[in-house]
Amino acid sequence: MNTTESFAELPVAPKPPLRRFHQARWDEPIIFELSAPGRRGLAVPEPGAPRVELPDSVRRAQPPKLPEMSQLHVLRHYLRLSQENLGVDLNIDVGQGTCTMKYSPKVNDKFAAAIAELHPLQHEDTVQGVLEIYWRLERMLAEISGMARVSLQPGSGSAAIYANIAMIRAYHAARGEAGRDQVITTMFSHPSNAACAKTAGYEVITLMPDADGLPDIEALRAAVGPRTAALMITNPEDTGIFNPRIREFVDLVHEAGGLACYDQANANGILGITRARDAGFDLCHFNLHKTFSTPHACGGPAAGVCGVSEDLAPFLPGPVVAFDGESYRLETPPASIGKVRPFLGVTPNIVRAYAWIMALGAEGLRQVAETAVLNNNYLMHKILQIPGASAPWDRRRVEQVRYSWQELSEQTGVHSEEIGVRAADFGVHYWTSHHPYVVPEPFTLEPTESYSKEDLDEYALILAHVAEEARRDPEFVKGAPYNLPVHKIDMTPLDDPKEWAPTWRAYVRKHLS
Amino acid sequence: MTGAAVVGLVVNPVAGLGGAAGLKGSDGVEVQCAALAMGATPRAGERAARAVRTLMARRPGTRVLTVPGRMGEDSVRAAGAPYDLVRPPSGHPAGTSAEDTRRAVAALAGVDLLLFAGGDGTARDVLDAVRALGGQAPPALGVPAGVKVYSGCFAVSPAVAGFVAAEFDPARTADAEVVDLDEDAYRRGLVSPRLYGSLRVPAARAALSGRKTGSSGVAPATAEGVAREVVARMRPGVRYVLGPGATTRAVGRTLGLATTLLGVDVVERAPEGGRLVAAKVVERAPEGGRLGAAEVVERASAGGRLVAADVAEAELFGLVSGTESVLVLSVIGGQGFVLGRGNQQVSPRVLDAVLHGGHSGRLLVLATQQKLASLKGRPLLADSGDEDLDKKLGGHVQVITGYRESTIYRICAASEEFDG
Repeated sequence: MNTTESFAELPVAPKPPLRRFHQARWDEPIIFELSAPGRRGLAVPEPGAPRVELPDSVRRAQPPKLPEMSQLHVLRHYLRLSQENLGVDLNIDVGQGTCTMKYSPKVNDKFAAAIAELHPLQHEDTVQGVLEIYWRLERMLAEISGMARVSLQPGSGSAAIYANIAMIRAYHAARGEAGRDQVITTMFSHPSNAACAKTAGYEVITLMPDADGLPDIEALRAAVGPRTAALMITNPEDTGIFNPRIREFVDLVHEAGGLACYDQANANGILGITRARDAGFDLCHFNLHKTFSTPHACGGPAAGVCGVSEDLAPFLPGPVVAFDGESYRLETPPASIGKVRPFLGVTPNIVRAYAWIMALGAEGLRQVAETAVLNNNYLMHKILQIPGASAPWDRRRVEQVRYSWQELSEQTGVHSEEIGVRAADFGVHYWTSHHPYVVPEPFTLEPTESYSKEDLDEYALILAHVAEEARRDPEFVKGAPYNLPVHKIDMTPLDDPKEWAPTWRAYVRKHLS
Repeated sequence: MTGAAVVGLVVNPVAGLGGAAGLKGSDGVEVQCAALAMGATPRAGERAARAVRTLMARRPGTRVLTVPGRMGEDSVRAAGAPYDLVRPPSGHPAGTSAEDTRRAVAALAGVDLLLFAGGDGTARDVLDAVRALGGQAPPALGVPAGVKVYSGCFAVSPAVAGFVAAEFDPARTADAEVVDLDEDAYRRGLVSPRLYGSLRVPAARAALSGRKTGSSGVAPATAEGVAREVVARMRPGVRYVLGPGATTRAVGRTLGLATTLLGVDVVERAPEGGRLVAAKVVERAPEGGRLGAAEVVERASAGGRLVAADVAEAELFGLVSGTESVLVLSVIGGQGFVLGRGNQQVSPRVLDAVLHGGHSGRLLVLATQQKLASLKGRPLLADSGDEDLDKKLGGHVQVITGYRESTIYRICAASEEFDG
């Protein structure tokens, strides 16, 4: 038997279909642990620049406790961390279903950098260009959603949902109907809808799916009434199934005096095909970091967008950009709910989204949706050929599918999460945070428009291989990962406030002192 | 320091025999013989071995204590783990009777955690033995190996049972329900789960498949969250009929009352002194300021009165007749029964007296979202003993799933569901 590894042969042997991936493990400390007193990086000042003396009122008495590092060490630190990652630019990122992990063209970062030196407190007259971008992007998103006005201020999708619920509350209060204290959502709508409504003090009624996998419209009929403030619903839902009776849902809520709010965080399957306002919705929101290709940024700053009908426009967060035909200025809507973040919004992402839409045009946007749907149905065809994988409910899917490993799991004892971890040994991953598990042993794949046929083939091949491994040697799969920098993570500290530490300062306080 | 230093194992070697043979259970020697005659192979031992393998891989130093032969020793040996034996007083030579299980549990009373492999019937036998031991009984965890595994005291798979045992923290336990079906009725197509009691199990058992997000304090999906919501909705002067179950017992506990697990209890919110303390703070955003969050604080301060505990039907009828009353019922077992299983005290005439022909607002059903999800879209079931009344109840009912969380769910007469 030839024991020489194939890549040692000359001339270079063809690559095997399954990637021989192994991630770097640098065992890298936290940057604060690398700090040494007096160590410095240098940024040489521009010649001739005047020396600026800061007034005492803004000068720190104590320097900030930042790590002290040389340039080389900073660079090395972050390059090492980047090698211990599986970001969207590094892997075939279709496993983060519902998150819409598409490629963000790098040229848009250059445009975003071009406005980096603006100051948010500059006078309107000196920033007419960026205000024009805000105005034009607002008009484009109004056209895409069919809504009358749009706010670009929220710093994330959930912030946009929260702004929407705040507008819903203000709208009912202004009409003397503050007693409307219930919000209706569905099990497969994004959970931020229920979470934001609850945070705002509403009682939440969640509709469960019926035998067809759609929210039970009879349950909605029984749920609506004088206490209904709003329906907050995603469509297609997280299953990838489009609700064909969505107009009836909206009408039922309107008849009861409630508002209808469309979660379009991910509009990737319907872009240029159908619009929130055309189905009767009063409010909607987009995540620019999903559908419109700005970076997700892992906790921000991302960018969310609220779109509203004419009736709700007075309640929009402010300020918004207004245009009188000659110049752009800021104004606060008359009954505004206030600011949802400082200043105008996350301007670099506004610029990126604007550039992305301008590059594609109306036809290009529709083609994005069509390609995403085609990719999804191609991948579904491949996945459903894997023994043990299924897609509950025999229905057509739009841009994503919530699959199930129930059969494989019952036969092998290997759970979906374990299969996802083992897949990471081949340089891809998926997530399973879809609680409660209405679809047993779930995984959700969303290939967007960015990935090639070869990418999707490779992803499906990896899952087929891991499923086969689970049948042959379940304990081996359960022991994964083998090729990654960290092994399984102990989740229990997440439940203990004494242990978790989101910052270095908190870590020092809780664990080192 | 977590993990059990000494883990006990008892296997019901005939659990699961009837399943593959389509016999819908394995209770009774005749059924077991019939299953064996049909070529069924016992699988409980193999599943127990899998749990032990996972346990030993995760926590190699664990000491395993078990009983001889098919009731434990064979499985531990198959798993390749060292073990010590205790010999319970001899019973059935094949070690297959309920009495054998009970004797084995009694013999293993000194362990830190008891693993038992079987189904709901086995869980009942363990429960009996645990009750006989009183406060001396160790926490227990089921390795699912039976045909009927509807009780909450089982891990979701044998491997998970081993994993939970390896990670077991004696300071963190929870109560889990033991339910069982009447197998003869089940074979005739009539499903009738009954609640028998609760076992102390490792608190981690539910959190094991696919954890991603952390949460602090009272999670809304827990029985405590559901109970807080029920108590928040209670009005003075109204009688609340609490059906059997761990969730309804949590309602009693939130009111500061010792209500029963298996019985039907009647409670009231105390008129004075024990009032709910409710504060509602809605902070509006000032002009140009940040958007305020609304905050709702509600606290129950031991605010209940136990009108009657563990009532029989006639007493219950007397208590609800002519007094405004609300039924608070939890979903029993995996089939979605709300009425007619374990709460037969809530008879047709009691229902009539409370609901007056409709159920809007006077029937509160309690279930976590996960429990509803396990019904896979099937409706909740009513089998009160009066089919016409059950049909009138049909439609949609509000189900409380957590604090300020609910769903609207379909309920129908059990007779219709099984006919159709």
